[in-house]
Formats: sequence, structure tokens, C-alpha cells
Amino acid sequence: MTPEEIIKPENKVYARPRLLDDRNTHYCPGCSHGVVHRIIAELIDEMGLEDNTIGVAPVGCAVFAYNYIDVDWVEAAHGRAPAVATALHRLNPDRLVFTYQGDGDLAAIGTAETIHAANRGENIAIIFINNGIYGMTGGQMAPTTLLGMKTATTPYGRRADLNGYPLRITELLAPLDGTCYVTRQAVHTPAAVRKAKAAIKKAFQNALDGRGTSVVEIVSTCNSGWKMSPAKSNEWMAEHMFERYPLGDLKNI
Amino acid sequence: MAKVKGAVTIDDARCKGCELCVVACPTDVLLLQPKEVNDRGYHFAFAANPDACIGCASCAMVCPDACIEVYRVVLPNS
Repeated sequence: MTPEEIIKPENKVYARPRLLDDRNTHYCPGCSHGVVHRIIAELIDEMGLEDNTIGVAPVGCAVFAYNYIDVDWVEAAHGRAPAVATALHRLNPDRLVFTYQGDGDLAAIGTAETIHAANRGENIAIIFINNGIYGMTGGQMAPTTLLGMKTATTPYGRRADLNGYPLRITELLAPLDGTCYVTRQAVHTPAAVRKAKAAIKKAFQNALDGRGTSVVEIVSTCNSGWKMSPAKSNEWMAEHMFERYPLGDLKNI
Repeated sequence: MAKVKGAVTIDDARCKGCELCVVACPTDVLLLQPKEVNDRGYHFAFAANPDACIGCASCAMVCPDACIEVYRVVLPNS
């Protein structure tokens, strides 16, 4: 059979999600943000929540998330996405409210909002993209940067005595009474993407069912900031990032 | 055993040539264009070895720009 004979609508098993906007993303080639945007668009469509979802966009590389996924969005001030999501969900209790934040947004400037929203048990889903670097501003050190990792502001590598230790904020959120589901995933292989999609689906369902705050951390790459090719940065992530940020569920009740 | 055949189409203009699909493909179907580039200057991916495709959608799963469509047919035993 030739490819022309196979390429017919009835044989289609995968296509671009309907809810992804037609415009091209501004992300660098191979950026994990694109994969996570795609699985969120697929999930909202599959769960039939197109008219019932409000996303909260962060400041960071994903600041234009509202341009790419065709649902309602609110743009929050830097780090304040969980606080904005709290208000949105309290005013619209029947809606799915989720935040989409990077590590500079959630784990640095927004630490207080994140911890208090999770501690109050707000019925929101928090998607946390952790690539260990400030991608948008040019690759500076983030709280999640690994020890020894070279960035624009730690050109000789991060030092514990000078810069402190990499912050595992997901581990901080897991013991809080307000959280119901805390997990860490990645999107570097097809199997990992499927698992991450299942995790985000569970987080969305928990938010809809009013079970508390769900946090899905996605350990990601920033190939421009790390100064590697996309394929190489996936390998580097599996080798180094997973040691500090092991994958799996931290809490699931 | 029934044989599975697949095919992919790639949106050349949208592809950023990140090579993640090339790495993810279990049957080495995809490659980046060695010389040709799209309007934005990226060496886009193409099916260099289309006969080997099994339609597993691994490439589409890892594509950050959602520019791959996957088709699959199950052929009866001959």
C-alpha cells in the first residue's frame, strides 16, 4: 500500500487538536511548552470543557498561552496566577480553572501565592513547568537550577554556599492538607507524554469534583537556555534533572 | 498476524526542525531535510522511509508544534 492510499480521513489516528489556534507558537524549536499546550488542548476537547474552562497565564515564556489554546484566559501579574485562579473559581464555582506557570513564576516570585492557594485547598489545577532556568529573560539562574549548572548569572555553575540549593517546591506542596493530587511528570518520550496527559486529566477532574488543589509538575527542557540541541537536552534532562526531580506521584488521595 | 501500515503527513510550514520526532520514531521513518528549508528557515522533517511507518503516532506525541498527522490501516492476512 502506498502512503497516498493510507492517507484518507477514515484512517486518521492523530491530528492537530481542534482547540490549538492556527498561529505558530513563539517557542524555540523543541520546547516542552508546545507539547504541554498540545496535551491541554486535547484534554479540554476530549473532556468537553471548551466553553467551561478558564486558564490563567503566567509571566514567562508561556505568557502568550492565551494566544494558542482557544479557551477563556486571564493574564495574571508575575507569580500571582494561583491568587487570580482563586478569585476566578470562587466567582465561577462550576468552571474548570487551571493555572499554567513556569518555575520562575511559581517557584520564585509566586511562592507565597502558590503555597497559600494550595494550603487553602482551592479547587484549581496548577500546571507547573520546571526547566530549571529563566528562559524568557535569557537563561538566568532560577531557584530550581541544579547545583553546578551554568547559567547567565552563574557562569561557573550554581554553588550551594553562594546560591543555595535547588528548590523542590512540589515536595513542599505535597504535605499540605489542601492538596489532593501532587505529581511530577515529563514529556521527553511518547510514553512520558501519555502519562503526563493522564496526570493532567486527573488534575482537571479533581478540580471539577471539588476535591482540592492538584499540582502537576512537568520537568521540562530549555534547549536555548541550556545551550544544547532539543534531542540532547532531553537526554541531559533524563540524566541530570530526574536525579534531583524524580518522576512519579507524591500524593494521590 | 495482521499487518499494520501507517503514514504521516507533516505541515512543512509549521515544522521548526527540532528533530524530536526523528529521535522518537521507532522505525526510523523520519529525517530532517538536509538542504531544503521552509519559509522561516528551518530544516523541516519529512518521511524519508515511508514504507517502514507503522502509524504508532510516537512522532506526533512528542511534536511541540503539533504539525504531524498520523494515519494507520490494519491489513488482513494475505
